[in-house]
Amino acid sequence: MTVPVLLPTPRRLIDATIDGESVRVPEGTTVLEACEAAGTEVPTLCYGDTLTPRNACRVCVVEVEGARTLAPACSRRLEAGMSVATDSERVRHSRKLVLELLGSSVDLSTTPAVAEWMERYGADPGRFGPRAEPAALGVRDARHAGAHEPGDGAAAATVEQPAKVDNDLYVRDYSKCIMCYKCVDACGDQWQNSFAIGVAGRGFDARISTEHDVALPDSACVYCGNCIEVCPTGALSFTTEFDMRRDGTWNEEDQTETTTVCTYCGVGCNVTLHVQDNRIVKVSSPHDNPVTHGNLCIKGRFGFQHVQRRGDG
Amino acid sequence: MDLRLLDEAATADERDAVDSLLGTPESGWDGGTRQDSDLRYARGGHTARDRRDLLLPALHAVNDRVGWISRGALNHICRRLTVPPAEAYAVASFYAMFALHERPRRVVHLCTDIACAAAGSDGLRERLAARLGPPGTGSGDAPAAWHESPCLGMCERAPAALALQAGAPARFAVAAPATPGGLDALAEGGPGGRGADGDRPSPASDHPTTFHPGPPPGASPEPGPAAAVPDAGSPDHVLLRRIGRVDPLSLDDYRSAGGYAALREALRLGPAGVIREVTDSGLVGRGGAAFPTGRKWNATAQQPDAPHYLVCNADESEPGTFKDRVIMEGDPFSLVEAMTIAGYAIGARTGYLYIRGEYPRALLHLENAVSLARERGLLGPDVMGSGFSFDIEIRRGAGAYICGEETAIFGSIEGQRGEPRTKPPFPVEKGLFGKPTAVNNVETLVNVLPVLLMGGPAYAAVGTAGSTGPKLFCLSGAVRRPGLYELPFGATLGDLVEAAGGPHEGRSLRAVLLGGAAGTFVRPDELDIPLTFEGARAAGASLGSGVVLVLDDTADLPAILARVAAFFRDESCGQCVPCRVGTVRQEESLLRLRSGASPAAEVPLLREVGRAMRDASICGLGQTAWNAVESAIDRLGLYSADDPAAPDPAPGGTATPAPGDRAATEEAR
Repeated sequence: MTVPVLLPTPRRLIDATIDGESVRVPEGTTVLEACEAAGTEVPTLCYGDTLTPRNACRVCVVEVEGARTLAPACSRRLEAGMSVATDSERVRHSRKLVLELLGSSVDLSTTPAVAEWMERYGADPGRFGPRAEPAALGVRDARHAGAHEPGDGAAAATVEQPAKVDNDLYVRDYSKCIMCYKCVDACGDQWQNSFAIGVAGRGFDARISTEHDVALPDSACVYCGNCIEVCPTGALSFTTEFDMRRDGTWNEEDQTETTTVCTYCGVGCNVTLHVQDNRIVKVSSPHDNPVTHGNLCIKGRFGFQHVQRRGDG
Repeated sequence: MDLRLLDEAATADERDAVDSLLGTPESGWDGGTRQDSDLRYARGGHTARDRRDLLLPALHAVNDRVGWISRGALNHICRRLTVPPAEAYAVASFYAMFALHERPRRVVHLCTDIACAAAGSDGLRERLAARLGPPGTGSGDAPAAWHESPCLGMCERAPAALALQAGAPARFAVAAPATPGGLDALAEGGPGGRGADGDRPSPASDHPTTFHPGPPPGASPEPGPAAAVPDAGSPDHVLLRRIGRVDPLSLDDYRSAGGYAALREALRLGPAGVIREVTDSGLVGRGGAAFPTGRKWNATAQQPDAPHYLVCNADESEPGTFKDRVIMEGDPFSLVEAMTIAGYAIGARTGYLYIRGEYPRALLHLENAVSLARERGLLGPDVMGSGFSFDIEIRRGAGAYICGEETAIFGSIEGQRGEPRTKPPFPVEKGLFGKPTAVNNVETLVNVLPVLLMGGPAYAAVGTAGSTGPKLFCLSGAVRRPGLYELPFGATLGDLVEAAGGPHEGRSLRAVLLGGAAGTFVRPDELDIPLTFEGARAAGASLGSGVVLVLDDTADLPAILARVAAFFRDESCGQCVPCRVGTVRQEESLLRLRSGASPAAEVPLLREVGRAMRDASICGLGQTAWNAVESAIDRLGLYSADDPAAPDPAPGGTATPAPGDRAATEEAR
């Protein structure tokens, strides 16, 4: 049987320079993709392999020769003749500051790789002073755009507040939110089309919110968990993970990951079961699946309890 | 789209406000009465979602009618436009002028920005707090709510306050300079609700306007626009020549004063001819970025994608800037004519005029001008009988400086959050609604009229080689005659300060802030800086939007810097980390310095944060948020290592690195 082979539209190859090395990539390749191909590591936070780059976090900035400002590697496309530096003093400075600014205002304790980057760039988030007290729940959500209490600068403002636990399936701990927009994009027109959340407010008071900050069960949320899948910092997590972390029993090293096929319907999505102590503690989905790209529905994501009912009810 | 809405209904008033903007709903699907036939098929879809750009006007409609946006009202808007409520909430909560909690119908905006603070807004703030309680949503049965506002664009008569009163129609009143009595009238005067004479239709009711032309009872009328121009009527004026000499509400007056001659000339030259004249004139953008207008128009005109759009950036919000307000209030038809010419040149059929929400009188005058022009065939399907079709849609901002950034303005018009977009692609390729767009500042556009009337080369002969034509400068602060001045490029800063009467009796200059909050401070010994783009650049400063804010020896520089930092913190859209958190850390550091922290520790920290904001922010807001602070440290010697308290370093001291063509304010804010 002959199988048709779908070929992408041919793309012109262009020559550019990254850190002094020549690279030849198809036209339209981003700087980040070119760096990955060349084996140059570029830190990213808001970049998602299944989403359109938002270039909001600015930790991936690189220096393009002749440009007035630094450019985000995740979204800037390489152009012929472009000369990019990924480790110049300017780049290192901005990356260091981005990490410090985030580290001083957000809880990055569950963000993978960030500790290593902090060390690499010599970031010291503590130098902006002691952290301000977390806000009470609802205070940040009630802030009015374009107004704030100046205070005296003695404590560094943070986005910290108690976690939002308003349903049985997942927890929103916005103390850990770096405002990468990925959950909003995954919930919105890039994947789920539920539009349950948006970025509300402005500036430092911007936050991810349902309409009027209503609880998730009152919102348009369908509990697909695709926001959890893309969250880079652990701000969104399964209730199981949140509770186990709180109890100190979460141990990723003891977990196994098994990718299998969801049994609920005929689509056949891939699910990856994260198992600790013979219990499913989290479900993710492979991003390279050509059909689902890491997305699931509520059944695949959260419908695993029946697997582990062991005669206890 | 399957919308999930909260179970709350709009009041009759709220419905009426939205429906009078959007028309009567057609079915139960878009918020009307549900009928049996609605059950058999779904309406909406793309046709409804295509009206997303009416989200901002719909939010305004409710806010104008009842003073705040309730859950029921937001539901109704969402149903009418098929917008998910979380997205509508995201947009509504982006703007400072919208309230999502109940508040009194009347809201007083007290300007506490640099010029107004120097003129005593602190005392007024205390007075308002005593009368109305803390700023915000209003307490109990207070007659009004109040806010501290960033610059209201009335710096020439600081301190300024603006009151907006919801109703049908909404009303506005201004107190500037605000006396305690005038402020009380804004805060308390007259009946708070509808009724009384508030419901009387406006005189020109065949041209409905957003705001009632008269102030609410109790408030005194505002002086005419010409009051902002100290030498109004001067024969040397080109851009301001009609200010104070014609009735800004009369098209006949405008035409008898030379109006619409430039459009006739443009129609004679053809689009390519207009672009050639504008290119030859050397006209560059007046919003701050100084990009050649001819090049922008040419690039837009040549885009194969269609349609093309024109956006007039009238979101003048740079602290200290009021030039565009004076033009729009005093000579609104000139902007309508200039937009028509620009639309003709770039091949656009629609021009969006995006005006900031804090300019109710300018809005009123422009709404009137657009209606009259449409009525006389100067806008519409057949402009001046030439077959060229062009119309203007006015869109009102709602209190967000960032929306004056040339890509954030697109988001705001489209009904999204006013967040800047990454460039490339540039607006000339993918701008408004993803189509080729030319964005021009008000002052830039009205310069096109003399360009066409004089001819490009003759216009280019005015000013200097690098900066052609006349320029408006917004003089405010500690000068005897603050106001809007028009001078050909080439005058020095000293000439301008002199023209404004210099400092008050017995006072000496301390510093001049050039270019607004995103600009730079210069020293009194630098008054010989030529006020040209190249001259300012050579001096390591920037003309920006033409702000010249003069500070004398009574100025409290640490307080001014803290205010600048607070401004950027408030106005950051929050999208990128360097700006969202950097502006907060900058303010915190300046507050610590104000209360006596060691500059040896704080200044290096400020420099590091500032450098990252400049290098890594998405847009000009973050990139310029550290300019003024840096120049105060480096040029004025504030917080200098040896003596934090004593200013006045030796002349010729350290200068800031030239910001080069670093874009300040509007066009690349």
